[in-house]
Amino acid sequence: MRTLVGVKRVVDYAVKIRVRPDRLGIELGNVKMSMNPFDEIATEQAIRMKEKGFIKEIVAVSVGPKQAVETLRTSLAMGADRAIHVDTSNIETELEPLSIAKIMKELVSIEKIDLVILGKQSIDGDNNQTGQMVAALLGWPQATFASSVETISANQLRVSREIDDGLETLVVPLPAVLTADLRLNEPRYATLPNIMKAKQKPLKTLTTADFPSLSLNSRIRTITVDPPSTRTAGVRVQTTEELFEALRSKGFLA
Amino acid sequence: FNNINNFNNINNNINNNYNFRKMSSLVIGERERDGSIKPATLSTITAAKQLNKPISLLFAGNSNLEQIAKQASSIEGLSQVLIIQNSQFENIVAENFSSFIIELQKKYNFTHILSGSTSFGKNVIPRIAALLDVSPVSDVISIVSEDTFKRPIYAGNAIATVQSNDSLKLLTIRSASFDKAAFSNNSNNSPIVQLDINSFLNSSSISNQSISNWESAQLTQSERPDLASARIVVSGGRALKSRENFTIIEQFADSLGGAVGASRAAVDAGYAPNDWQVGQTGKIVAPELYIGAGISGAIQHLAGMKDSKVIVVINKDTDAPFFQIADYGLVGDLFTVVPELINMIKTAKNK
Repeated sequence: MRTLVGVKRVVDYAVKIRVRPDRLGIELGNVKMSMNPFDEIATEQAIRMKEKGFIKEIVAVSVGPKQAVETLRTSLAMGADRAIHVDTSNIETELEPLSIAKIMKELVSIEKIDLVILGKQSIDGDNNQTGQMVAALLGWPQATFASSVETISANQLRVSREIDDGLETLVVPLPAVLTADLRLNEPRYATLPNIMKAKQKPLKTLTTADFPSLSLNSRIRTITVDPPSTRTAGVRVQTTEELFEALRSKGFLA
Repeated sequence: FNNINNFNNINNNINNNYNFRKMSSLVIGERERDGSIKPATLSTITAAKQLNKPISLLFAGNSNLEQIAKQASSIEGLSQVLIIQNSQFENIVAENFSSFIIELQKKYNFTHILSGSTSFGKNVIPRIAALLDVSPVSDVISIVSEDTFKRPIYAGNAIATVQSNDSLKLLTIRSASFDKAAFSNNSNNSPIVQLDINSFLNSSSISNQSISNWESAQLTQSERPDLASARIVVSGGRALKSRENFTIIEQFADSLGGAVGASRAAVDAGYAPNDWQVGQTGKIVAPELYIGAGISGAIQHLAGMKDSKVIVVINKDTDAPFFQIADYGLVGDLFTVVPELINMIKTAKNK
């Protein structure tokens, strides 16, 4: 079983982002970047399945600018076997999830992948689309927002998904696409020896020119990026009674 | 020169009128377990109305479709209600449902397909989109025009205004941003069309693909209002320290007739079930009143509730970031404050 894990380099989750004055994007200069937290969980899931003997090889993939290599190195340090970087440095706007999915679909064929594990969403775009799209393009079943994965047999998984009303369990035939949700696992930290070892693991670089049959044009144009509406400042109340009065005066006790 | 311009204008008008008659929207509807229409679907209809096109509302399932169709047909502003009954839609999975929508689109040629930004909508819309080679727009908070939409990015810390040039637009709609569509009093209802599954099953795209098998679901049973659409939400955080302690948050919510929410930390620690999580990757809510007790107020939590009308924060730590967006902030131990408030509320309500 060969698994493809997708990883994306994003603004670190703890950073307070600011909108650029030209309102065309976010201030990204000097901002801390990290692996998308859901992709860490996806990588960890693949590694655990490999440790259990279900997966033989983990291929980490990132479609992004040159610095995406750092993110791939982190995957390798966690335990992925090799990495593929599709370098988009020569492309001005970030590729849409649909284009990313098309590239991943090609890589699945080229690399003979049986299982794709992606993070549920990236915390920059918050789109939550890529995994579903890869599954669609491959004609594979999808199990999104996975909070637990159990191997039933060599070609079946039992996946519990977090849904609005609770949990839903699916039996998914392989090959398939999973997207990782928050509680699927707690990702390991890459140890220093593993970080050093990761430098020896194979990392192949491609560009979009290596996918001439794909149409990767943008359909969505960002017109502006604005800050959200701000709230007017509130008040501190000193006692429980004061808070109770505030709730009553606002009509919440009716 | 003027004559050529006039000719072009007339030609454009003719084409536009023809196109206008052909443009229409599909709203993929969802049902609650009790058979009522999900509030998210009603909000999605409101968004669809802002596109100024005829709206078809679809429900798929295996039973009780006539009941929901009757309800649906009394919603103001719909052109028709479509229902499709089949055993494969008893517990819907993305693969064959998406294929069915593809076949439906071939027949109806909608210009816009919308669903709520629910776990169902988020699961199927991107799959449908990729099958139709469309880039969807997720989590729309505002309809600017038929091709321009606003959506939150970076956990709602920025709002992107985006324009799609796909000829078919696929959208998921954030319910907290659109009021629920109203039901009309008169019985002048929109027509109900029962779709015949056989017209849609002949395609190999449905029969040949590999699909997941629904096995079971563990769903929260509750008398409380639905978290995503409740007027009042009371949430607890990691400070509750245990599942047992978390019940005081539930009692607090019950005293106000509200829904219960939780921070990610509380859910991760097992104090609350996953479907109570409010936040960037959980539920997005915008109630009239949001009370957060024992929640520090991380960016990711705020992403899920900062559009609430009135925000009340109770926390022992005066530096908790949550206080920065509170309308009313009380620094105090929730284990003292919350029981006191419950008593005061119950006393006031019993008068």
